[in-house]
Amino acid sequence: MATFNIKVNGQAHQIDVEPDTPLLWVLRDHLDMVGTKFGCGIAQCGACTVHLNGIAVRSCSLPISNVGESEVVTIEGLSEKADHALQTAWLEHDVPQCGYCQAGQIMNAAALLSRNPNPSDKEIETAMDGNLCRCGTYIRIKAAIKTAAQQMS
Amino acid sequence: MTLIRTKHNRRSFLKISSAAGGGMLIGFNWLVACQPASKEVANVPKEWFDINAYIKIADTGLVTIYSPNPEIGQNVKTSMPMLVAEELDVDWKNVVVEQGHLNTQKYSRQIAGGSQSIRHGWQSLRMAGASARRVLMEAAASQWQVPVSELTTENGIISHKNSDKSVHYGEVATAAASLEVPENIELKDPKDFKIIGKATKNVDGSKIITGKPLFGLDYKKEGMKIAMIIHPPAFGMKIKGFDASSVKSMPGILDVFKVQTAPAEKQWSDTNAFPELVAIVGETTWQVMKAKKALEVDWELESTLESSEGHNLALDKALNSPAEKPARLDGDPDKAFKNAAKVIEKVYSAPFLPHNTMEPMNFFADVTGENAELTGPIQTPESLRKSASDLLGLPEDKINVNMTRMGGGFGRRLYGNFGLEAAAISKHVNAPVKLIYTREDDMTQGTYRPAYKIKYSAALDENNELIGFKLRGVGMNEGPIFANRFPAGTVPHYLAENKSVDSNISTGAWRAPRSNFIAGAEQSFIDEVAEAAGKDPIDFRLELFEKAIKNPVGEKNDYDPERYAGVLKLIKEKAGWGKDMPGIHRGVSAYYCHNSYVAQVVDIALENGQPKVKKIWCAVDCGIVVNPEGAINQIEGGMVDGIGHGMYGGITFKDGVADQSNFNKYSLIRNSQAPEAVEVFFVDNGIDPTGLGEPSLPPIIAALANSMYKATGKRLYKQPFAQKDIVVG
Repeated sequence: MATFNIKVNGQAHQIDVEPDTPLLWVLRDHLDMVGTKFGCGIAQCGACTVHLNGIAVRSCSLPISNVGESEVVTIEGLSEKADHALQTAWLEHDVPQCGYCQAGQIMNAAALLSRNPNPSDKEIETAMDGNLCRCGTYIRIKAAIKTAAQQMS
Repeated sequence: MTLIRTKHNRRSFLKISSAAGGGMLIGFNWLVACQPASKEVANVPKEWFDINAYIKIADTGLVTIYSPNPEIGQNVKTSMPMLVAEELDVDWKNVVVEQGHLNTQKYSRQIAGGSQSIRHGWQSLRMAGASARRVLMEAAASQWQVPVSELTTENGIISHKNSDKSVHYGEVATAAASLEVPENIELKDPKDFKIIGKATKNVDGSKIITGKPLFGLDYKKEGMKIAMIIHPPAFGMKIKGFDASSVKSMPGILDVFKVQTAPAEKQWSDTNAFPELVAIVGETTWQVMKAKKALEVDWELESTLESSEGHNLALDKALNSPAEKPARLDGDPDKAFKNAAKVIEKVYSAPFLPHNTMEPMNFFADVTGENAELTGPIQTPESLRKSASDLLGLPEDKINVNMTRMGGGFGRRLYGNFGLEAAAISKHVNAPVKLIYTREDDMTQGTYRPAYKIKYSAALDENNELIGFKLRGVGMNEGPIFANRFPAGTVPHYLAENKSVDSNISTGAWRAPRSNFIAGAEQSFIDEVAEAAGKDPIDFRLELFEKAIKNPVGEKNDYDPERYAGVLKLIKEKAGWGKDMPGIHRGVSAYYCHNSYVAQVVDIALENGQPKVKKIWCAVDCGIVVNPEGAINQIEGGMVDGIGHGMYGGITFKDGVADQSNFNKYSLIRNSQAPEAVEVFFVDNGIDPTGLGEPSLPPIIAALANSMYKATGKRLYKQPFAQKDIVVG
């Protein structure tokens, strides 16, 4: 066990865990923030996507000892009033079916739009290829990202 | 207006009202947290009145509707309450939806399976709404001393025609709650629907996009421990022994033990290859995961270790000998084939498929000496309770089963072994536990879609009329044939045979069971036969349906040829079939399953030699479309899912071990592989609605294969299409 000080959604937290504990399980088990999902545990499905200093990372494969002083943002902290352009677009396009992968999809899309505010179809596909959706909502995901990009421009 | 006699249901409603007084919610706060759907309902309700099993109304007029069936992403949590709200005649924005939990006295068929929720709920849910509206009106009539026939309702307000009196439902709810349900209930004429047929957003949408706890894996309870299991690494192996002490000293680990999880009396939903497991219980997920990795278990042989090569040979052998008796026989097929001018014969195959729900299997259990709470993602809560009662030695009425939203089902959560495992582990450690599967546990544990093969033969006469048709289907643990489906009924000489090959690899229902294979094979073959007959593939199919309409062969055909032909005609018109589109290669397919009819045209282009689906045109006849928004989403998703599994899906085995155990080795369709565009057209016929969770998936595999043929000149017979030379199984 070791003590770690991490910053999640603007708030400081002190956590006593083994250093190899992935950020995903710190969020879910220790901070009661369950919006970030467990899907594969090997950074292949994207369900656990969070932002680390604005970059999309797979929290299932990021040990807490590597988080350091980075700013972690999760789906719970993406916006204060659920009004990020992507969240609004997700509702407008009624994207989710089962909904399980969607927090990861939104977080990944948010990182994409912050570095590329007006992505082409190809750029959206490339950026979103690491986020699996078994329900097959990809068409709506792409449409919602385009709507959000327009909103933000 | 449809008049429905309630007598049959009257008793259950009466029972409900008497039982409901004391609050009928089995609740946990985060699941029942009810936020008004609209800001316009600013008043916070002080009191709620149970009107019946589906409806409670607040003093403010806010309405809670319980959705009785499990939600796996098929969106019934939105569409089922829409049926209630329609007949209750309330404004949808004043409706809050809550998940109903297992209660066989209040609800019937609480199952997510077979695309049947809407079809089965169509009458009962509307009746629940209509009978509630009626007692509310009677309460107002009694208060005003006027005949109920002089009252009207609109958006939750009751008005008296001959005076200016009006009252909202909340004001008469307390009086209404004690009234008896009248014998006859009038249901609306579909032309008067205001909610049914209107595009309505997912009721959990806001919670999903903000990461609120909704799913089984999100569930927590005070004092809860985390449990994981280790199952044998190969089908055909069992536990020999292990040294628990090697991991018991690891941080946070509370117990390591062997656990027996099978009920004495098995139901169909208890399919499970590994009833005996190693269980590890600890404080946090990561601690338990580490112990699971560290624990060395010795295994021993229990039966045989199967491999895909062996499956392939066994399926081929079964395919080459007749079944003991035919599933269906019309006319004299052998004679027809002998006299044929042309015979076409092809074999199609597809591999085992894991379900791969994005939320891995998990369940919460709190088992004490007297009772049990089981909470989590389950498509068959009633079956789970029955088997848990058997396993735990507790009466069923001492077991509460609560349903969380599910991160996908696709048939996997029909088989509740993970619920029983959680229960057995909780009982053993005498503490509440949440069992979590890793992705590897989930993907290698079984209950797969069986591997299948099918041989089709068609006989054409000199006029290119289809005179004979044979199909012999084989599969692991289950044959794929539906005896009385198309083209049965359209061909005078017809033979269907169904066979299975035993396997110790557990198999079960997977989104559109059997149809998910047979549609792709059949509709690819029909395309090839049409070509051999020199006919347009749509016209060829329409000719066959014409025969089934005018002069059907046999009496047991389980489809309506007019509706079947209807979706084909609609897609022919909408897609502009027959018009030349440079660079675009088109394929067609049509299929009927789960009571709905679907026809599709796929347009593909070759980009750098790779097929890219540019557009799917899809016509659907599911009768009345309850929620067009959710319906189109289901249809789109089913087609993306079908393309994904047809192109890339498959699990193979060597010595009983699954070769694929996570998404680094298993290809689930990704964003860039999805179709660029989809357009859906519904047949508007006013027929009672049928489900959409499954029907769009099966035919798309053939529409894709037929368009690939147009693009490449090569027919596709072996799934997954994207991997050459893969063995079946």
